[in-house]
Amino acid sequence: MVEDEGIRRYVAHFILWIGIAIVAFPVYIAIVASTQDNALIANGQMSLLPGGHFFETYYQTIFVGTSGSTREPVGNMMLNSLVMALLIAVGKIAISIISAYAIVYFRFPLRMPIFWIIFITLMLPVEVRIYPTYKIVADLHMLDSYAGLALPLIASATATLLFRQFFMTVPDELLEASRIDGAGPLRFFWDTLLPLSRTNMAALFVILFILGWNQYLWPLLITTRDDMQTIQVGIRKMITTTDALTEWPIVMATAVLAMLPPVFVVVVMQKLFVRGLVETEK
Amino acid sequence: MQKQAIFQSKLLPYALVAPQLAIVLIFFYWPALQAVIQSFLLQDAFGLSTSFVWFDNYIELFRDPAYFESILRTFFFSFAIAVSSLSVALLLAVMADKPLRGSTLYRTLLIWPYAVAPPVVGVLWIFMLHPSLGVISRYLRAAGIDWNPLLDGDQAASLIILAAAWKQISYNFLFFLAGLQAIPKSVLEAAAIDGARPMRRFWTVTFPLLSPTIFFLLVVNIVYAFFDTFGIIDTMTRGGPGKSTETLVYKVYSDGLLGGNLGSSAAQSVILMIMVIVLTGIQFRFVERKVTY
Repeated sequence: MVEDEGIRRYVAHFILWIGIAIVAFPVYIAIVASTQDNALIANGQMSLLPGGHFFETYYQTIFVGTSGSTREPVGNMMLNSLVMALLIAVGKIAISIISAYAIVYFRFPLRMPIFWIIFITLMLPVEVRIYPTYKIVADLHMLDSYAGLALPLIASATATLLFRQFFMTVPDELLEASRIDGAGPLRFFWDTLLPLSRTNMAALFVILFILGWNQYLWPLLITTRDDMQTIQVGIRKMITTTDALTEWPIVMATAVLAMLPPVFVVVVMQKLFVRGLVETEK
Repeated sequence: MQKQAIFQSKLLPYALVAPQLAIVLIFFYWPALQAVIQSFLLQDAFGLSTSFVWFDNYIELFRDPAYFESILRTFFFSFAIAVSSLSVALLLAVMADKPLRGSTLYRTLLIWPYAVAPPVVGVLWIFMLHPSLGVISRYLRAAGIDWNPLLDGDQAASLIILAAAWKQISYNFLFFLAGLQAIPKSVLEAAAIDGARPMRRFWTVTFPLLSPTIFFLLVVNIVYAFFDTFGIIDTMTRGGPGKSTETLVYKVYSDGLLGGNLGSSAAQSVILMIMVIVLTGIQFRFVERKVTY
C-alpha cells in the first residue's frame, strides 16, 4: 500500500533474519560441537567456530557408535528409523486408500458403522493407550521387531479421511466411462483412481515419513535390544550416563544425522510437504 | 454426501476394509478397552491377584496433590508454549507476507524445524543451556544469573517451554502465512483508502479475519504441548528436578514404567483420553472444517 515503502521493508527483512537466526542457532551449535574435541566441550570451553574433527567424529558415529553408553553404530539406528518410517508411511497409505475406496464406491450393510469405527481413531494418539498397546504387542511376540514398531502407529484414520474426501471430488463420469469400457471395480481402482491420487499419496507420504522418522515414545518402550533402536531412542541413551562421560561430539553428530533426512524432505519436497500438512490437519 | 455412481459387490468391500479394520481393532480398540478395564482394577504388589475396585484408582488419583500439580503444570506449559510460539510465528508470518525479495527463501529457512524430532530438540537445547558446558549458560553466568536447570525447577520448566515453543514456530508460521495470504487484498486496500495506518489495519482487519486460524492453531498447540513434549522432557530433564517438569503424559509413562502401578497409570490414561476427546470436540465444533461427514 501507499506508505509501505523503504523503511518498512528493511524492518521486515531485519525481523525475518532475526527469526531465521533464532531458528537456526541451536542447529548451528550442534554442527559446530560435532566437529570439536570432547575435552574442550566438557570443560565448557567450546568454540563457536567449527573445529577439525569433522570426519573422525562422523566416521565413529556412523560406523562405531559411542565408546561408553550404547555401543551401537548410529548408521544401524538410522537404518531402523528408515525401515520404521517407510513401513508406517507405505502401510498407512496402502490400507487407508483401499478402505476409503470401499467406503466411497460401494454400498454395503456395515458401511457406516465401519466408517465410524475407523473415524473415531482420529481422536486418540498412541500416548494415551501406551501400556495396554505394549502388552498386546508383547503377547503377539512383536517386541523388538519392525512390525511391532510400525503396526500400532498405522492404526489411525487421518489418511482414510483424506482419501475419502478426495474420492468424493472425483467426477462420477469417470466411473461410468470405465464401466462402459468393461472395467470392474479393481480395474477402475488400479487404472483410474490410483493414478489420479498420485499427488495426494505423495503429499501424505512426505508427512507420514517425517512423523514416522520422528517417533519416540513408542520405540522407546518396545525396543529393548540395542540393534533394534531407532536413532531418536539411541540419542537419548547416549546422554543417560553421568554428564562427565557423555561423548558430546558424538551426541551432536547423532542429532545432526537424526535431523538430516526429515529436514531434507521438507526442504526439497516443500510443495508436497505444505500440501500434506494442510490437508492432514483439515 | 454420497456418490451416485457405485459398484455392486457383496464381498469385495469387506475385503478392502478388512486390513485397516483388523489393525484398528487390534492396536486401537483392544488396548483402549484394556486401559478402561485396567483403570477399575487393583493388582497386588506381586501381580498375583487382581480385584475390581470400582473408581478407587480415580478417587485416589484426585486425592493425590501430585496429580493435581501435574494437571496444572500441563495446562500452564500448554498455555505458555502456545502463546509464545504463536506470537513469534504471527510476527514472522506478517513480515513474510509482505511482497519482499526472497520471500520463498525466507519461508524455506523458517519451516524446516518442523522436521526436527522432539528428543533431538531436547538434546539441542539442553546442550546450549547445560549448567556446566552450555554456550549460552556462560553468558547467563557472566550476567550474574545462577543458572542451573538441572537443579532449579523453575529454570527447568522455562527451558522446556522455550525448546517446545521453538520447535512449534515453524508449524504456526506456515499456517499463519497461509491464513494471511487468504485474506483478500481488496479489504486491506479499502481500509488503507479510509486512512487506516498499517498497525491499525492489522488490528482491525487482518487480526479478526485471522481468528479462525488462531483458534485452530491454539487447539493444535495445546494438543502438541500435551503429547509431543514428551520427547523434549525425556531428553532434557526426565520430569525433574523433583517433579517440576512432569506433565500428564510423562506421569503416565513414569508411573507405569518405574512405579509399576498399572491401575493408576490406566486411570490416568483414561482421563487423558477424555481430555483429548474434549479438545477434539472443541476443534470440530468451533473450527470451520472443509470436510463433510
